[in-house]
Amino acid sequence: MILSRESRQGLTLISPPFLYAILMLAAPMVMVVTFSFWTQNYLDLDRTPTFANYREAWTGEIFRVLMLRSLMISFFVTTVTVLLAFPIAYFLSFHVKRQKALWLFLITIPFWTSYLLRIFLWKVILGYNGVLNSALMGLGLIDEPLDFILYNVPAVIITLAHAWAPFAILPIFVALERIDRSLLEAAEDLGDGPVRRFLRVTLPLAMPGVLASTLIVFIPTVGDFVTPRLVGGPDGVMIANLIQVYFSKANNAPLATALAVSSMLIVASISLVIFLIGRKIGGRTQ
Amino acid sequence: MTQNAIIEIEGVSKAFGAVTALNGVDATIREGEFFSLLGPSGCGKTTLLRLIAGFDEPTDGTVVIAGQSMAGIPANKRPTNMVFQSYAIFPHLSVADNVGYGLKRKQMSREEINRAVTDALAMVDLAGYGNRAAHELSGGQRQRVALARALVMKPKVVLLDEPLSALDKKLREQMQVELRQLQQQIGITFILVTHDQEEALIMSDRIAVLFEGEIAQLDTPEVLYRRPVSKRVASFIGVMNFLPATITAKAKGALAVDIPSLGKVSLAAGHAPEGLDPASVSTIGVRPEMLTILFDDAEKAECETTGEVTATSYCGDMTYYSVLLPKADEAVTISMRNTAGRSIVPAGTKVRVGWGVESVVLFD
Ligand SMILES: Nc1ncnc2c1ncn2[C@@H]1O[C@H](COP(=O)(O)OP(=O)(O)OP(=O)(O)O)[C@@H](O)[C@H]1O
Ligand SMILES: [Mg+2]
Repeated sequence: MILSRESRQGLTLISPPFLYAILMLAAPMVMVVTFSFWTQNYLDLDRTPTFANYREAWTGEIFRVLMLRSLMISFFVTTVTVLLAFPIAYFLSFHVKRQKALWLFLITIPFWTSYLLRIFLWKVILGYNGVLNSALMGLGLIDEPLDFILYNVPAVIITLAHAWAPFAILPIFVALERIDRSLLEAAEDLGDGPVRRFLRVTLPLAMPGVLASTLIVFIPTVGDFVTPRLVGGPDGVMIANLIQVYFSKANNAPLATALAVSSMLIVASISLVIFLIGRKIGGRTQ
Repeated sequence: MTQNAIIEIEGVSKAFGAVTALNGVDATIREGEFFSLLGPSGCGKTTLLRLIAGFDEPTDGTVVIAGQSMAGIPANKRPTNMVFQSYAIFPHLSVADNVGYGLKRKQMSREEINRAVTDALAMVDLAGYGNRAAHELSGGQRQRVALARALVMKPKVVLLDEPLSALDKKLREQMQVELRQLQQQIGITFILVTHDQEEALIMSDRIAVLFEGEIAQLDTPEVLYRRPVSKRVASFIGVMNFLPATITAKAKGALAVDIPSLGKVSLAAGHAPEGLDPASVSTIGVRPEMLTILFDDAEKAECETTGEVTATSYCGDMTYYSVLLPKADEAVTISMRNTAGRSIVPAGTKVRVGWGVESVVLFD
């Protein structure tokens, strides 16, 4: 095969990242998938290919419950995050005239501390002797600390939504920035008031950003493991916690990988659906 | 063309912080006319257009459209539609949806909208393009879609902000003619912003020349070209030769003018622009095509002088001669049509230059 100069150049350029991607992404994936077809016999692995792990995963009550809960939590987190991110991105893009860079910089400040620290901060805020309870007691609104605000699903949602907010703001901001302002004037010129203009021009054109935000938040939060572990309590356990248990305490890596692959497929299909719906709403933007 | 005013601009000023973009602009735009706002970059053309459209409010003064003051009335409630410089075609909508965008709000059935869109597209020569996506259009086609989108609204006034500046020369010239024809055909008032004087001359019924936020002159193309009120307007529109001159006597209805390079003549008083004090006249202007080189000894002109050709530039149908007239510091430009059998005289040749009194314009 004779390659043109240009394609040779292109190949040279993409080879290193491509190799890196294979090594870091594809190889572990292949391992995970392979493992999921094996069987764990106490200390050694039976390498005869089998669907037994998948059968166990899909028929077991616990996988279904935790998967649904993870999806539900993630769905809430995504909705809350994107809905809160949109007005912030909108404000930044349309109402901040000077020093947008400074504002963006401020938004990234939560990222200066580690994810773990931020979760612990929420523990401090929501905890039994935490900031929220102390404040409410100090105000005389409650007599003793509320014990239902930490270690449950809402605590997981709040913590995750906060952690992922900047990731959601940035794509929407970029999409809004890319909207040619004369398009908005054209809509106004053609008779639209602010609300109709927003619905007919701004929102459809921001759709690629909203979509990106949705996927960016949805995909990783389904598989989040630290937050439910630290603030979720027994009711807030998610699918990743189950996988972790099978990997470590239960010492059943094949079943764990089968769970991982299953949840990955589910997340991938849902993401695809979200993507297609978004594309439809967004129309033929490009 | 009727003479009814459709837009009255009364003492309109606009300041952006410390920048004064418009300063006391007065103008009346008549129903059905093709009106151009002409001026150099930054003179406030776009600002004035946006004030009419309702995207900005004047700092001072009022804009009246169809007898109604537009103060406080937002763009979506004004009887104007705009063709944006960037065309502002909605990228997420098809051509038909772009054109029908503004109709969706009106009380119209789907069939009526479809018919109106089809008609509008046909009007701009884009019949059958309705299903195209916005990005599948060429620059000229985008411009037509933007125009159709404005026309379909049946506005009282169509505002166009340099609609042709993004097109190449050939297409631009073609669109100038088409746009003019279309406007005459449908009879809607057009206000065109342009910095291209040729474009303004070709297309307009009347032109307002703007300099630094003020109207320097508002006239028909012909008057603007033949009787510019100031040296600045004269040199902005076409080419003008300036020569020093003085008024030596002022009789009733006539001015005796001494132009050292051309001679002494008597001009009708109407030659001085309105408001110009004859005593302050220090310069006259004459267009290159109003001066003639008399190649043939037998040729005669109303007035004559002599000069020496210093340079020539050949442009196919025309030749531009630089001719140094007596007592002049700078050479004047004379344009001559290249007729059959006439050869171009070289630099250094002494020539007779003919001119007419009518073509002289007085300036201070
Ligand atoms: N939104 C604004 N904020 C501040 N100054 C502005 C604004 N819009 C226009 N100006 C200023 O007002 C003046 C007139 O601008 P305008 O856009 O009307 O010029 P123009 O005649 O359309 O020029 P061009 O031919 O370059 O488009 C300029 O000095 C410009 O800098
Ligand atoms: Mg402009």
